Amino acid sequence: MASRSNGRMLRRYEDRDRMNHWFIVLMFLLAGLSGLAFFHPSLYFLSNLFGGGPWARILHPFMGVLMVLGFIGLAARLWRANVVTAEDREWRRHMGDMLKGNKAAMPPVGKYNYGQKLVFWTMVASLLVLLVTGFVFWRPWFAPYFPVDVLRIAALLHSVSAVLLIVATIVHVYAAIWVHGTTRAMTRGTVSEDWARANHPLWHKEVTGGR
Amino acid sequence: MASMQSLDVVARSATTTPSPQVRTNAPQLAKLIDESKCIGCKACQVACMNWNDLRDEVGSNIGVYDNPVDLTPSSWTVMKFFEVTPEQTGSQGGLEWLIRKDGCMHCEDPGCLKACPSPGAIVKYENGIVDFISENCIGCGYCVKGCPFDVPRISAKDNKAYKCTLCSDRVAVGREPACVKTCPTGAISFGTKDSMVAYGEKRSGELRERGFQQAGLYNPAGVGGTHVMYVLKHADKPGLVGLPKDPSVSPMVSLWKGVAKPLALAAMLGAVVAGFFHYMKVGPVEEKSSEKEEA
Repeated sequence: MASRSNGRMLRRYEDRDRMNHWFIVLMFLLAGLSGLAFFHPSLYFLSNLFGGGPWARILHPFMGVLMVLGFIGLAARLWRANVVTAEDREWRRHMGDMLKGNKAAMPPVGKYNYGQKLVFWTMVASLLVLLVTGFVFWRPWFAPYFPVDVLRIAALLHSVSAVLLIVATIVHVYAAIWVHGTTRAMTRGTVSEDWARANHPLWHKEVTGGR
Repeated sequence: MASMQSLDVVARSATTTPSPQVRTNAPQLAKLIDESKCIGCKACQVACMNWNDLRDEVGSNIGVYDNPVDLTPSSWTVMKFFEVTPEQTGSQGGLEWLIRKDGCMHCEDPGCLKACPSPGAIVKYENGIVDFISENCIGCGYCVKGCPFDVPRISAKDNKAYKCTLCSDRVAVGREPACVKTCPTGAISFGTKDSMVAYGEKRSGELRERGFQQAGLYNPAGVGGTHVMYVLKHADKPGLVGLPKDPSVSPMVSLWKGVAKPLALAAMLGAVVAGFFHYMKVGPVEEKSSEKEEA
């Protein structure tokens, strides 16, 4: 038992990707908290974190744009590994087993499993909608150029995709906590070989050459 | 001016608990604008500027009498002039010149208030007046999206939304709005909603006797009725004077500021709670779980 556990660490993320990730996290928190303030009266108190309603309104779009810029940088480097393949269908069929904690039933996966890919593409889609619709009703600069019906649709889509992004992020954070040893991929850039073998065996084979 | 403390507030933007409303004897009020009596003198525009200390930029002539061309953050009421032909009105007779005093309609069910995210930036008093409390305005422009009549205007100077207050400050102390007081032909009247509806119906009847067969009261039900109403010579075609035929708060706004809010809150909180209980029930995926299989 544990005969193959050797304490070896495998690099999962470069430093620049990790720093970009945490920049996106900060901007997500700032844009998210200020945006939620306008979404529901019970959350309006969050605007106090930004110096009150007008300041939250002024700052929110800038923080959102910075988040998207950071994410574009991250997605440009990760999207290839997140392309959904035929093997992912098998994993998707066993998603229920995964949630029940029955990991043995799961087919081997590469760098990302289907759930991770789903989170990735949900974030891509929702951030794209947030960016486009956000520009449409960004006051005072862009909103005057659009008819009011477009502004109404933009505001609705903006909030729907924001909620989608937040739910996807909750899933993302929870998965990282749930699967032990995952968070250090982003805090330190490395994961243990045991973690890689257990959770991403094909990726493990790829980076170690099967040794 | 935080709000009219002598008036009850029956609706307050972005507020989920009841607003002060212990007074019970305040009558519903309304302003009635009789299109057939208006001569387009713009005294109401001047009175509005005067009472509210507003001085708009001097604009430019666009070839018609409309001046300013449209409502602005400093012009809360504007006379709009329409030349309509018998073909357009569908009635006998010649060319008609219709004049409408544009401004906030003070909806019974105000879309601006529904859309506003800032607590107390828009209130509706018990007398029916919908008022912007500018110090609470954050300049987001949601009221513009909520309004079915295209009324709120946001100032480039301070990023606050402005519109007709129905002279809530005058009304609160028992006076009529400034435009009503100044109108030289009696085209604008002010009183209880009931009496204004009755008077409007009576005037419409008189106009119908005089040959305006489609004359009627504009008090659209889609927004619960309004506290600014019109007597229109062609009430079957309010579009002739730039009014929507059957206005209501956009379904986009109702969805966004209605059912979407509790559903989305439930989804976000639900995701967190579900994660917590999932962890407690199933437990973590351990790093070394594969070793037993491989050993």
